[in-house]
Amino acid sequence: MQHRSEPIIARRPRYGQWAGGAVLAVFAAWVVYQLVTNAGFQWGIVAHYMLNREVIAGLQTTCLLTVLVMVIGIVVGLVLAVLKLPGAGVLSLAADLYIWFFRGTPVLVQLVFWYNLASLFPQISLGIPFGGPKFFSVSSTLAISSFTAALLGLGLNEGAYMAEIIRAGLLSVPPGQSEAAKALGYRRLQTLRWVVLPQAMRAILPPTGNQVIGMLKYSSLASIVALPELMESVENIYSRTFETIPLLIVASLWYLVLTTVLSAGQRVIERRYGERLA
Amino acid sequence: MTAPIVEAVAIWKSFGATPVLKGVSFAARRGEVMCLLGPSGAGKSTLLRCVNGLEAIDRGMCYVDGDPVGYRERAGRFHPLSEREASRQRAAIGMVFQGFNLFPHLTVLQNVMDAPVRVAGLGREAAASQAQEMLRRVGLAEKAGSYPRHLSGGQQQRVAIARALAMRPTLMLFDEPTSALDPELVGEVLDVMKELAATGMTMLVVTHEIGFAREVADTVLVMDGGEIIEHGSPGEVLHRPAHLRTQAFLSRVL
Repeated sequence: MQHRSEPIIARRPRYGQWAGGAVLAVFAAWVVYQLVTNAGFQWGIVAHYMLNREVIAGLQTTCLLTVLVMVIGIVVGLVLAVLKLPGAGVLSLAADLYIWFFRGTPVLVQLVFWYNLASLFPQISLGIPFGGPKFFSVSSTLAISSFTAALLGLGLNEGAYMAEIIRAGLLSVPPGQSEAAKALGYRRLQTLRWVVLPQAMRAILPPTGNQVIGMLKYSSLASIVALPELMESVENIYSRTFETIPLLIVASLWYLVLTTVLSAGQRVIERRYGERLA
Repeated sequence: MTAPIVEAVAIWKSFGATPVLKGVSFAARRGEVMCLLGPSGAGKSTLLRCVNGLEAIDRGMCYVDGDPVGYRERAGRFHPLSEREASRQRAAIGMVFQGFNLFPHLTVLQNVMDAPVRVAGLGREAAASQAQEMLRRVGLAEKAGSYPRHLSGGQQQRVAIARALAMRPTLMLFDEPTSALDPELVGEVLDVMKELAATGMTMLVVTHEIGFAREVADTVLVMDGGEIIEHGSPGEVLHRPAHLRTQAFLSRVL
């Protein structure tokens, strides 16, 4: 018994992996071959437009729009999530209705709707409703620009999704935490801000990061209301020059750069929060 | 005789259709240590949570330091307190939970100084040195920089006691403070509670530790089925229980 030598384990040949790898290698070679030899890609034109002024301006608008939309979405989502916690009464029904409506209609429809608000309400005014006096009034066509339509359409819609994410995060914190805070004399908002939210962040951050990355790309929908963001900018250019494919590549490359940067940032932030709580 | 610091007057409470407290009345003097015993489901914890307003009372009233909990009496009517006033009232009543409920995202020191800063408006430095003092009292001064997850259950519960004491409460509520602990860790928590009792703190303690009740309590309440069935000194209640149900309960836990 004790003189047995170290057993030698034979490896099973991995035919499946080899075959799959071979197919993949052929496909990859074909893609590279196409990228290099297919004149339709027009890499020279791609390079020429990467730092084009119109493209860069569009890129800036895309970034600004994404940031503002997410701010609106997070604020609206937080309010809705808090209203949906037990104890809000009638207001929780309002939150349910909001989420039902904004998740139940396409964001594209909402965008176009806000853009055409003027045909429903020619004037936006502040005053007593049902025909009372008005204190302040502005024409809707002036107030609702492409940018405000995009902000409202994307932001209010995002709020409905963020509400569910934040609510799930708040519910992930054990009820004993709020109870301990309450017993110590924290008020409801203090409990939320200093005890529950910091712990909920661990559950809220990863999906919120996904929402930001998603929104960066969804913001291209704003081209439908003629907002000159990245997509609209390249559309404007190729409708003049007919260099459709290279300009779509320009847009794709920029979207890839931004989402790569955001993903890296997401990982850093998640690691920071994970360390504090793990 | 001085006015009672806690007075419960005919408290009724149900969860849905299930009655949990059926007209419970008791009073505790300043400096008194009162242990609430009884089988689980008797309503002990619920009664304790009514004292600091964590549970709303259906009928009856609880007074702490002469003030009705959650209300203000004006011209014979009780008006609900605003959220701010109710929070201030709760801040003066310390509570220790079965599950510790320390804040996991804060260090031990931050756990103890957070409420004094945010609720009582104490300056950061004053709160920090006070927190250090409280941690010394529970024997955990050297753990100030640790996070709760790196502490044993007994240490966590001692931090929870320090956290409650940092609000300078007039009354301390303990809701089964040792029930979640490994047996070898129970002693260190009970020792801290004994020391606290020796300083003259008024304490209401829901517990299954009969030994602690016998040694430290001034009075013992035995609850069963939402009612107080026995109320007296530990000697009377634990050695000569009047009620058959008390005898049955004691024979099971002793």
